[in-house]
Amino acid sequence: MSSQAAPVETHDHHDIRPIRKAAMWVFLGSECMFFGSMIATFLLYRNETGDGPGSEIFNIPFTSASSFVLLMSSLTMVLAHNAFEKRDARTTRIWLGATALLGTIFLAGQIFEFAEFVHEGLTLSTSSFGSAFYMLTGFHGAHVAIGVMMLMAMFYLSLDGRLYDDRGLNVELVGLYWHFVDIVWIVIFTVVYLLQV
Amino acid sequence: MVLDTSKDLAPAEPTGIWSWITTVDHKRIGLMYGFTALVAFFVAGLEALLIRLQLTTANGTVLSADAYNQLFTMHGLTMLLVVVMPVGAAFMNYFIPLHIGARDVAFPRANAFSYWLFLFSTVMLLSSFVLGGAPDGGWFGYAPLSTQLEEYVRMDYYAIGAQLLGIASIMASANFIATVFTMRAPGMTLMRIPVFTWMAVVVSFLLIFSLPIFGVGLFQMFFDRNFGTQFFSGGGDPLLWQHLFWLFGHPEVYVLILPAMGIVSEIFPVFSRKPLFGYPFVVFSGIAIGFMGFGVWAHHMYTAGLGPVAEAGFGLATMMIAVPTGVKIFNWIGTMWGGKVSFELPMLFAIGFVSLFVIGGLSGVLHSVVPSDYQQHDSYFVVAHFHYVLFGGGVFGYVAGAYYWYPKWTGRFLDKKLGLWHFWLMLLGFNMTFAPMHILGLNGMPRRTYRYGEDLGWEFWNQVATVGSFIIGISFLLFAWNLIRSHKRGLPAGSDPWDGRTLEWSISSPPPVHNFDEIPVVEHVDDFWHRKYATDDDGRAVRMPDVSGGTISAETATGDDGSHEEEDMHMPSPSYYPIVAAGGIVTMGYGLVYVPGGWVVVGIGALISLWGVFGWSLEPVTRGGDHE
Repeated sequence: MSSQAAPVETHDHHDIRPIRKAAMWVFLGSECMFFGSMIATFLLYRNETGDGPGSEIFNIPFTSASSFVLLMSSLTMVLAHNAFEKRDARTTRIWLGATALLGTIFLAGQIFEFAEFVHEGLTLSTSSFGSAFYMLTGFHGAHVAIGVMMLMAMFYLSLDGRLYDDRGLNVELVGLYWHFVDIVWIVIFTVVYLLQV
Repeated sequence: MVLDTSKDLAPAEPTGIWSWITTVDHKRIGLMYGFTALVAFFVAGLEALLIRLQLTTANGTVLSADAYNQLFTMHGLTMLLVVVMPVGAAFMNYFIPLHIGARDVAFPRANAFSYWLFLFSTVMLLSSFVLGGAPDGGWFGYAPLSTQLEEYVRMDYYAIGAQLLGIASIMASANFIATVFTMRAPGMTLMRIPVFTWMAVVVSFLLIFSLPIFGVGLFQMFFDRNFGTQFFSGGGDPLLWQHLFWLFGHPEVYVLILPAMGIVSEIFPVFSRKPLFGYPFVVFSGIAIGFMGFGVWAHHMYTAGLGPVAEAGFGLATMMIAVPTGVKIFNWIGTMWGGKVSFELPMLFAIGFVSLFVIGGLSGVLHSVVPSDYQQHDSYFVVAHFHYVLFGGGVFGYVAGAYYWYPKWTGRFLDKKLGLWHFWLMLLGFNMTFAPMHILGLNGMPRRTYRYGEDLGWEFWNQVATVGSFIIGISFLLFAWNLIRSHKRGLPAGSDPWDGRTLEWSISSPPPVHNFDEIPVVEHVDDFWHRKYATDDDGRAVRMPDVSGGTISAETATGDDGSHEEEDMHMPSPSYYPIVAAGGIVTMGYGLVYVPGGWVVVGIGALISLWGVFGWSLEPVTRGGDHE
């Protein structure tokens, strides 16, 4: 292997980046249906609380604060991507770290919230409402956790100047994924927490 | 023939078992998909023959009710998820890059990963027969039957096995879409790509959007069975499962049939020596089928009591989806009309496809009428209908593709005499098996019931069907023998045996590792044909003379005049990480089936797949040519 060509999965006249981006968009389309199905399930079971607690146990001010944290992480992600495009690895690193940190705070909030709800008697098996709530928010939390791991991988790559190697992931793809996960949270927060008819 | 100059630049074809395990070549992966699906086809066929034996006589004693339930469930699951879908994936893997003039798919290692995940999930699903019993709640897995816990692991195998097969399919579909939209050769606009590849795109989108819905349903079923959630029990509604399942299940039907439609759309023009009649119509009706396929799912649920408004709406939508399907059939007939039709084996199977599919399509329109469907629901009439579309349609189409492209895979023809026996026996056996089921169904014989009484008068037609099913079995043994025998002893075919129209016929058979010595520049639909033929004043095709006075050779037709630009051919390097990652994920799957005890296995599987994924993302991905 000589050093003349950057390693890419396929070559020819094709630039690999738009190919990856296309695949990421397709994957996000798939994710829309995944979350859509779980949101539909939740809407169906919103009032099926059985003997357990319902949406009255939600702590709206608390979840609003953690939602705000997650939304701000989209801003820091934009700043990271912006710096990445300008090939400013140091600034990219700072904003990647900030995004990962905000995502982690959101996750901590979710764990705290779940613990509270379990304490108040809402578990996965209490009622259809509980099943649907934990499944939806749990899978979203798992997505955030995977996003944080990808951000940390990017952060790690930026430490020894491999941010532009473009082997697997890059900052742009992680950004697409991260914004998607945030948008899904906006829907979940509205439908699950705010929409209490 | 690869020219010498390019031979130095091109990577050589590696050999040996290890080279297959680590391969990232789309052609090899395609062949492995095909081989695996063929083996699974014989397993599913065996299951079907056991079912037929049981039903030959009234009060059959061949199988117990329990064995029968497992067999009909696994026959459906195997045929749909492990045979027909992967056979489609086999053709797509092999021919999408060749059709669009690319050297590989967009993500070769992800492609290998999809295959290994598919293979291991298949093994997992089939291994359930000896590990506590196979799934027995139908391939549709209706709750609450599927969430009952009496049989400890059976439907867990279903929930996890289908989930993993779905993940493999989603990855493969994203790969195909990215390939077609970003890696086409210069001049290969979207309205110039072959119809088969168009249908592959539609299928990939259908899978991308429908599989995650099924995935959510499978998770819910799994959670209900193992973690005490109440999605389909308690305050939950079993009807939710039916909606989620059929929102996947109906697009799935088009996933199974559209690639076959694409294959016959390739075959008819070649063997009629005419361009496909109304190429844009065929493409757009395929896309229309894809869109409308998402709006008809509840016609599987008429008897679930959705109410007259919903039923009328879904009935109308179902009737409407017959329109784009009918458009295609007229396009195929229009292609043959006035053409110089030669009845080679691929053409025979393609004509069989259209004829039988029309019968199945018409009985499908009967089902769209709600009161008529009430009468036929869960009867053998439905069994007859979907075997006419999926076997008479799907399997005939894929077999046509196998006869058409076998020369490209191996450089040799399949034996014609054996092929004719295969065709006529299969046609006879198929109609003997499934035509009587129309009558049985209208006489009230229910599906999924392991025996029937003597006084019902169903024995005669059941016996005809059983004889027919064994004739199908024999015909496929001939096919398998033909595939094996012709590999070494078939007549040599050369690079362009059928006087083909699309780019795959412009390269040698079997194709070199890098597919194209030089990426072709495309100017027409059926570009390869236009390089071989000009049109005279009367609009007739005239073969272009070669410089040497003979007919043009495939090599010169590709514009390969030997004056190569010095060009690197970085083919993706082989990698064993995809198989490691897939193995880890399926290990996790086995663990999940046996939770809570299986959590240890889940952890081991997670470690293995982490190893695979990390190795995958850190290894360098190209292999240089010799000159470097």
